[in-house]
Amino acid sequence: MKVVGTSVERLDAVKKVTGTAQFADDIQFSRPLFAQVKRSPYPHAKILRIDTSKAKALEGVRCVITGDYYKKRSGLYLEDKNFLAVGTAKFRGEPVAAVAAESKEIAEEACRLIEVEYEELPAVFDALEGMKPDAPLIHPDLHTYKVAPIFYPQKGTNISHHYVLRKGDPDKAFAEADRVFDNSFYIPHVQHVPIEPHACTAQYMPDGELTIWAACQSPFAVRRALAETFDFPLNKIRVISKAVGGGFGCKAGTTLEGIVIPLAMLCPGRPVKLTYTREDEFQYAYVRQGLHIRIQTAVRKDGKIIGSRNTLAWDGGAYTEYGVNIVKAAGWGCVGPYDIDNIATDSYCVYTNHPVGGPYRGFGMSEIHFAIEQNLDMVANEMDISPLDIRRINGIREGGISATGQKIEVAGYQECLERAAQLLEYDKPCEPSGSPTKLRGKGLAGGWKAPSMPTDVASSVIIRMNEDGTFVLLCSCHDMGQGSDTVMAQIAAETLTVDPSKITVRTGDTDHTPYEWQTVASRSTYCAGNATKLAAEDLRNKILEVAQIKLGTWKNDLYLEDGYVCRKFYPDMKVPMSTFALGLSLPDQSGIAGPMIGVGSFTVPNNIAADIKTGLSPKPVAFWTMGVNGAEVEVDTETGKIKVLKMVSVFDAGKVINPQMYEGQAEGAMVQAMGTALYEELKLDHGRVMNPSFVDYKIPTFDDMPELVVEAVEKAEPTGPYGARGIGEIVMVPGAPAIANAVANAIGCRFLRMPLTPDVVLAALREKNKKQ
Amino acid sequence: MEYRVRFYVNNEPIELSVPANRTLLSVLREDLALTGTKEGCGAGECGACTIIMDGKAVNACLILAPELDGKHIETVEGLANGSELSPLQESFIEHMALQCGFCTPGMLMSAESLLRENPHPTRAEIVDAMSGNLCRCTGYKKIVEAIEAVAEKGVYEK
Repeated sequence: MKVVGTSVERLDAVKKVTGTAQFADDIQFSRPLFAQVKRSPYPHAKILRIDTSKAKALEGVRCVITGDYYKKRSGLYLEDKNFLAVGTAKFRGEPVAAVAAESKEIAEEACRLIEVEYEELPAVFDALEGMKPDAPLIHPDLHTYKVAPIFYPQKGTNISHHYVLRKGDPDKAFAEADRVFDNSFYIPHVQHVPIEPHACTAQYMPDGELTIWAACQSPFAVRRALAETFDFPLNKIRVISKAVGGGFGCKAGTTLEGIVIPLAMLCPGRPVKLTYTREDEFQYAYVRQGLHIRIQTAVRKDGKIIGSRNTLAWDGGAYTEYGVNIVKAAGWGCVGPYDIDNIATDSYCVYTNHPVGGPYRGFGMSEIHFAIEQNLDMVANEMDISPLDIRRINGIREGGISATGQKIEVAGYQECLERAAQLLEYDKPCEPSGSPTKLRGKGLAGGWKAPSMPTDVASSVIIRMNEDGTFVLLCSCHDMGQGSDTVMAQIAAETLTVDPSKITVRTGDTDHTPYEWQTVASRSTYCAGNATKLAAEDLRNKILEVAQIKLGTWKNDLYLEDGYVCRKFYPDMKVPMSTFALGLSLPDQSGIAGPMIGVGSFTVPNNIAADIKTGLSPKPVAFWTMGVNGAEVEVDTETGKIKVLKMVSVFDAGKVINPQMYEGQAEGAMVQAMGTALYEELKLDHGRVMNPSFVDYKIPTFDDMPELVVEAVEKAEPTGPYGARGIGEIVMVPGAPAIANAVANAIGCRFLRMPLTPDVVLAALREKNKKQ
Repeated sequence: MEYRVRFYVNNEPIELSVPANRTLLSVLREDLALTGTKEGCGAGECGACTIIMDGKAVNACLILAPELDGKHIETVEGLANGSELSPLQESFIEHMALQCGFCTPGMLMSAESLLRENPHPTRAEIVDAMSGNLCRCTGYKKIVEAIEAVAEKGVYEK
């Protein structure tokens, strides 16, 4: 392969280093209006009265709306969300009214003038509390909501989805086990923290056409959700997404659009714009759901795990239209990359009066693996087996079976494990720190992730050939930094035998780029990549169809090489592909065939939904990507501060399309995982976000960067484009537990809750010293 | 109250009347349509709006517009000479020191300011000078390597 597997320069690089890449807030509009939102000060309250008259009377205000203006609910999987509260506000900061005005200042002043009278209601701030029979109900009409057939809301409760998995005979396994373990963990809310805050502009035209410019990972999914909510036919609503300044999931669903659209509809012709501040972002954007997880493990004395019981209670927040799918995905992946015959898992999505949970890089997997991988080390420690050996014994191998009963045809876990251990020099003690109060340790953690999406979602790509033999590739998987534009160009270039610089990639416009379900789930390289390959093959076939006439042969005698159509028998007889860009001109100057356009449509073949009672499916997902992180840490026992010295990353990526971009994903993911392990928690007090700034919510900085080592194992994915599979999320998943395992190795303390902040570490050390 | 200010952006003279509460960031983005400078927090915490003012890297969100009188401002738009990229821009591309690109303009301006002052920084000096710029995508490693590569070439030596 000439292009796939090489570090082709990012297609968007020059735009991004010159400041000319256009992000949502950079677009210049003429005569924009500015939106602002009035929000609930209570986590759960009945709205008794809203008086907007003073706001409406303010000079420069163009319109004011409340939830009564558009009452229809919206949601990707479960229609439980109103963009503006209807009847009750369900989390602190929920929009209750919105304003469009001639300036930001006027819009803010108008919001202050809106009077709202509330009656506070009892609230729920914890998933386990929310599951109790006497808990206050947050969505009393849950059973009437429209829901995708793979989710099961429980009437009269706060449980919006209960995923059940029953494989083998767990009761028998626990009865027969030599040792049984029972460990519980808590993973608090964290946030995505893209450096670009959410931004959106909507413009409604007098002829009924609506255009939305949003920082958006999934323009088509957003278009459909908005069209249904606001009663637009799909041909009258257009979603445009420009450069996206980091997503990590938080720009996947509908966010600000539902607030600006109704305002725009009341001000035809005027673009209505809303951009979040950082404080807004921390308080009102999607959060990663909190999780209580209990793992019971049945183990034979040789270290083989024969049974696993798992109870997961997810803090879904006020709306779980997206969150239900995370809960399901976590159920499918519930035991990690380990081959366990007998499993019982219950994964609950629970409404609380917390900010709305949404997809976050890893989609449930980072959360559960923090527990799974620490639990493994705890079991190993108790049984006097090395953490490496317990993973060798139980780690999935080719032909192994997943939790849902899927046969795993390709499994690089064991290779990743061995290589990560080597790179970390896991068998050797750490270099001494030089200080008796600075203790060092090493830890390993594995992980896996599948693109957990509805089983029938679709991708499509169009490749147009230009007259000079260059190409325009149209797709709607969205480059939010992960590099999908470049990956698509590489796959197309490989198939068309041209340099990737000949391919321009255009994305993110539902009127002009073809359908793509969403840019989530680490599915773009695989799904959109397959569609790209199919489109390129279609284009190649069309070129050969006309070339056979020109070259006086038949198409099986022809192949493409370096941008030429060549004959197998007479390789010197070659014609530039561009000859056929507009079809073929015949000697009498008549033409045939017309412009060359390749089309590729792709849906994962033979994906099957899980059974409602057992949660089993022989193939709920296209593939599993797996691998291992390692970490070496130094703990200062006087201050409690943890310094990560080194992290290693080895994943079975299938064929790596672009090694430098793969490295970039893995490096960024390790540091992001380190942030969640050591610093990050969205501090919630009675539903209020207590740390909505970078000062109080610390993410890793240059200063925190450890030594980072990245390698890949490349076991080809048979159904992937050129053997590739998705890697964007999995490379983050085992990072946090690898650090926690390293800390336990260093100081002998186990942390069942993230993050491992200095105060928590010091408290644990004090507790340990007391016992000794 | 409005203030009359005369200043330079990327060597072009600008004359504006600005209210007291406007920031340089909003002047750049809204009045001058120089949207290469990004707003990540508006509070001087993330570095996405870093520009060079009279030779020093500063956060444009923390500079009030009335302070601009007589100042020389350099933004990311001024780094390249036509379509000839600056050494740091070239190096960021070569080392793939960017992903989403939203922090990149601020990163480049901080690095530019550093290398002008200190053409051969140590890794610790790079980390120190850049620590006010946040990135959520890259994990920082490739950014450090991109800056080191330019420093090694010595192009900023006086």
